[in-house]
Amino acid sequence: MEKRVTFKGWLLPLLLIAPQLLISGVFFFYPAAEAVWQSLFIPDPFGLSMQYVGLGNFEYLLSDPYYRASFLTTAVFSTLVTLVSMIPALFLAVLADRLVKGAGAYRTMLIWPYAVAPAVAGVLWLFMFNTRIGIVAWYLGLLGYDWNYVLNQNEAMGLVVVASSWGRISYNFLFYFAALQAVPKSVIEAAAIDGARFWRRFFTIVLPLLSPTTFFLLVVNIVYAFFETFGVIHTITSGGPQQATTILVYKVYADGFVGQDLGSSAAQSVILLLVVGLLTVLQFKFIEKRVHY
Amino acid sequence: MANASNPVKEPPPGMVEKRGRGLWLTHALMILGVLVIFFPIWLAFVASTVPQAAITHPPMPLLPGDQFLTNYKRALFSGVNVPVATMLLNSLVMAMGIAVGKIAISILSAFAIVYFRFPGRNFFFWLIFITLMLPVEVRIVPTYQVIAGFGMLNSYSGLILPLIASATATFLFRQFFLTVPDELAEAARVDGARPMRFFVDILLPMSRTNIAALFVILFIYGWNQYLWPLLITTDPSMNTVVMGIKQMFPSGDDIADWPVIMATSILAMIPPVIVVISMQKLFIRGLVDSEK
Repeated sequence: MEKRVTFKGWLLPLLLIAPQLLISGVFFFYPAAEAVWQSLFIPDPFGLSMQYVGLGNFEYLLSDPYYRASFLTTAVFSTLVTLVSMIPALFLAVLADRLVKGAGAYRTMLIWPYAVAPAVAGVLWLFMFNTRIGIVAWYLGLLGYDWNYVLNQNEAMGLVVVASSWGRISYNFLFYFAALQAVPKSVIEAAAIDGARFWRRFFTIVLPLLSPTTFFLLVVNIVYAFFETFGVIHTITSGGPQQATTILVYKVYADGFVGQDLGSSAAQSVILLLVVGLLTVLQFKFIEKRVHY
Repeated sequence: MANASNPVKEPPPGMVEKRGRGLWLTHALMILGVLVIFFPIWLAFVASTVPQAAITHPPMPLLPGDQFLTNYKRALFSGVNVPVATMLLNSLVMAMGIAVGKIAISILSAFAIVYFRFPGRNFFFWLIFITLMLPVEVRIVPTYQVIAGFGMLNSYSGLILPLIASATATFLFRQFFLTVPDELAEAARVDGARPMRFFVDILLPMSRTNIAALFVILFIYGWNQYLWPLLITTDPSMNTVVMGIKQMFPSGDDIADWPVIMATSILAMIPPVIVVISMQKLFIRGLVDSEK
């Protein structure tokens, strides 16, 4: 789509666009190019010179069991976060949609967690599940369950998944609620007349009608789980125990800033760039698809 | 529930929308859901109003105590490493800087792209477009080196500038400008108005709602940043509140000052929560727009 009416001149538009180009160039393109460049080198132990290794860093990464484990961890983590944040959200949205009155008040209450930063959410959940003073951990102990996410890998994973999903439930709820409100009532009523009960109507009519929203939410939640959960992981587990919660973004940070392995960290950045690219393409495919609805 | 053998070809009341017992069940489930979702925040609030001893001897109480003022005063004016008031101010500057900065540079470039034909226009558009969706998390090491090279560590510009390099807002304004009727620009041109006049007098007022909706989203985005401030603010007095909470935990086996930490958590969530709740409509609109 293009405007038919435009203004003349070329200097003014260049001036207008300059700030954004400048900032993108300095803080985006240059660092991205630098990441690609650095990924081809290994710095010597004293950081004085760089040795060209071609795709060596990538080969090393892909054969590194820790990196592969981190890939698997990320896959498990993002799948769980997506499920744990979408299913309760859909359930709550269905409930809210059935209410004629009061849905607005519930919505206001449910939005809260979205505004809470992932890192703060991490602290809240850490507080509840802290092995020494956490109230949930204490009641679990009372029931005879020895909760210790500091040592138990599955418990650590479970905790970061729940803490990461919590705020996303609000987000997903908003989108599902809006989508449910847009489902034509006549379709539902027609099915009801034909004798379809609630759950049958839900699975055969409502859920398929929600599929564009579901697909969209799948992609954004995966993007969220990949890139925006750093705060949760850093506050609760710092990637442990034994790297059980080291997702890819956390590893870029741990290797680059804590481990000072710049070549490897840069190569990991490049791999993440590719992942983001792939997800972006997916998202745009979805937008194109939705235009035809 | 709908009765399958109902011969009446009108949906009886309660078939689609819940009434009577079903309605109460729906409300009950909904309230249960809200309580579960809300519990972590409630617990944090309770913890911020009780003395340390009430927390270190579990189980902690579930109702607020009488230390509200003491704990919040302690957090705001002394904190652990640095007064929380300082961190709140840093967060505010960062969030406002990101929101205002991003809106300003992107509304200008969207205006240039939509309303002018100039050499390199398509190329520039794609250049900006590529930056869409690439989070700072992916390019942290080189971006950090750039900031360090400019001497912008521990500075507001270092906190803000790298995070406004993204095209989402530009893209949004472009989409909006394309829906603005051509007649307006035509009329402005016939009247001999200069492009910037048209921008300031017509386009800007028309974009008010879009700007406000975007502002809500960007403010929360900026306020809730974690990794970037963690990397570049080594000086505690430049910490933002969201990243500063983690720094309040002692290393090693010492017991954390939970009441102050939880008071800080509550303080850290209040500004974004207020923004979201008070501008709920704008917020939802901004959310839906920016994800489209």
